[in-house]
Amino acid sequence: MIRVVLPGHLRTLARAGSEVQLDIVGPVTQRSVLDALEAQYPMLRGTIRDHVTHERRPFLRFFACSEDYSLEPPDAPLPDAIASGKEPLLIIGAIAGG
Amino acid sequence: MSQVRVLVGTRKGAFILTSDGKRQNWNVSGPHFAGWEMYHLKGSPANPNRIFASQCSGWFGQIIQRSDDGGKTWTQPGTPPGEQTAPGGQPKGESNKFVYDTSATGKPLTTHMWYDGTQHPWEFKRVWHLEPSPTDPDTVYAGVEDAGLFRSTDGGQNWQELAGLRGHGTGPRWQPGAGGMCLHTIILDPKDPGRIYIAISAAGAFRTDDGGKTWRPINKGLHSQYIPDPNAEVGHCVHHVAMNPSRPGVLFMQKHWDVMRSDNAGDSWNEVSGNLPTDFGFVIDVHAHEPETIYVVPIKSDGEHFPLEGKLRVYRSKTGGNEWEALTKGLPQSNCYVNVLRDAMAVDTLDKCGVYFGTTGGQVYASADAGDNWNPIVSHLPAVLSVEVQTLA
Repeated sequence: MIRVVLPGHLRTLARAGSEVQLDIVGPVTQRSVLDALEAQYPMLRGTIRDHVTHERRPFLRFFACSEDYSLEPPDAPLPDAIASGKEPLLIIGAIAGG
Repeated sequence: MSQVRVLVGTRKGAFILTSDGKRQNWNVSGPHFAGWEMYHLKGSPANPNRIFASQCSGWFGQIIQRSDDGGKTWTQPGTPPGEQTAPGGQPKGESNKFVYDTSATGKPLTTHMWYDGTQHPWEFKRVWHLEPSPTDPDTVYAGVEDAGLFRSTDGGQNWQELAGLRGHGTGPRWQPGAGGMCLHTIILDPKDPGRIYIAISAAGAFRTDDGGKTWRPINKGLHSQYIPDPNAEVGHCVHHVAMNPSRPGVLFMQKHWDVMRSDNAGDSWNEVSGNLPTDFGFVIDVHAHEPETIYVVPIKSDGEHFPLEGKLRVYRSKTGGNEWEALTKGLPQSNCYVNVLRDAMAVDTLDKCGVYFGTTGGQVYASADAGDNWNPIVSHLPAVLSVEVQTLA
């Protein structure tokens, strides 16, 4: 079971709680987590990564185990603590704007 | 008894204001989509309880929302609440997807002009304006930034570009204005389903007569001293265009500077700024029953986006332009430095015609007597981006 923490506005959009849980078969990577997230919450398509290119939106970052994984390749394995569900993957919006 | 529903988009959510036909006491509902930029909401004339809304964010991109109960509840088209899987068949999460596609034109994706004069690729940013079909509740048009026109024929579930607009040839000369390169005005001719008018900042106005396949610029007569060729075919910063549905060949335009009028469906334009104290502004609209009565809100200048002398004045012409009178009763006449953005004025169809506008200071003003007297419906909203009105039986 993979745990993902969404920014507040995306929780509202997905009508989900502060943390969502996903089942993933195979390697646990940014891409597989986001694929599973968008399959379970299709209203989030396009809000975290571009609809077509699947590039991360510029004002969002991915943190895992207190480290920034935003610039890692999308198919690179995430830490074991994320894969085991011990730690959540954090999707964080830039602290900016009004 | 008649009812009026005012749809207000703001920088931090949407609000729905309702009243009976007297338009004296108002109920305020909202914020809907709190914290999100709500660029535009508009109801379907064919099914007034169907409302489309553009919800967007610099962080999370574009969302299209739809209500089928007059704004009480909302869903993303094709993605019902509580349905958390995406089985085969109906695509899910596609309603937010706006992908430029010029393949229908047989021409490659073009570039437009950047601020520095170089060419720049089109990049989708947001939906500025949603225009539902007057006859089909499932058909709706979207004007987007960077400028393009999209259409959905399934209630907003899927969107296809009407690529003939960008593909017709002048695209490389279109340039963003200060607010971005936005397609902000869509007018569907109620008597000719093939005819659509659109306007872009800063490219100008365009018209199709074949339902969106082919387009041509309609900017003859516009004169813009701030561009290299003031009389160019394209490049004009048109702020808004309005039409009375009973007379679809007559158009009124608030340009960056200048208020303009066309009596031949945009083939040519004449300036009708007349005695306005300044002819810079954003909004323009037409009385519902008197097609020669028009409204603007003059703004001091392009460098100072607020009313002259701190006095918020709507100007009305009953002669189709040139002769204007200031309407001030009920509007602040000192220390007022708000702006009224291009999609933030609308009229109802009651008798007397109601006129409504919203400000960047968060006020929505209404007049139930065609502009003679004004009252704030609500005074402390976030900055108002758009105002639309539905007159309900």
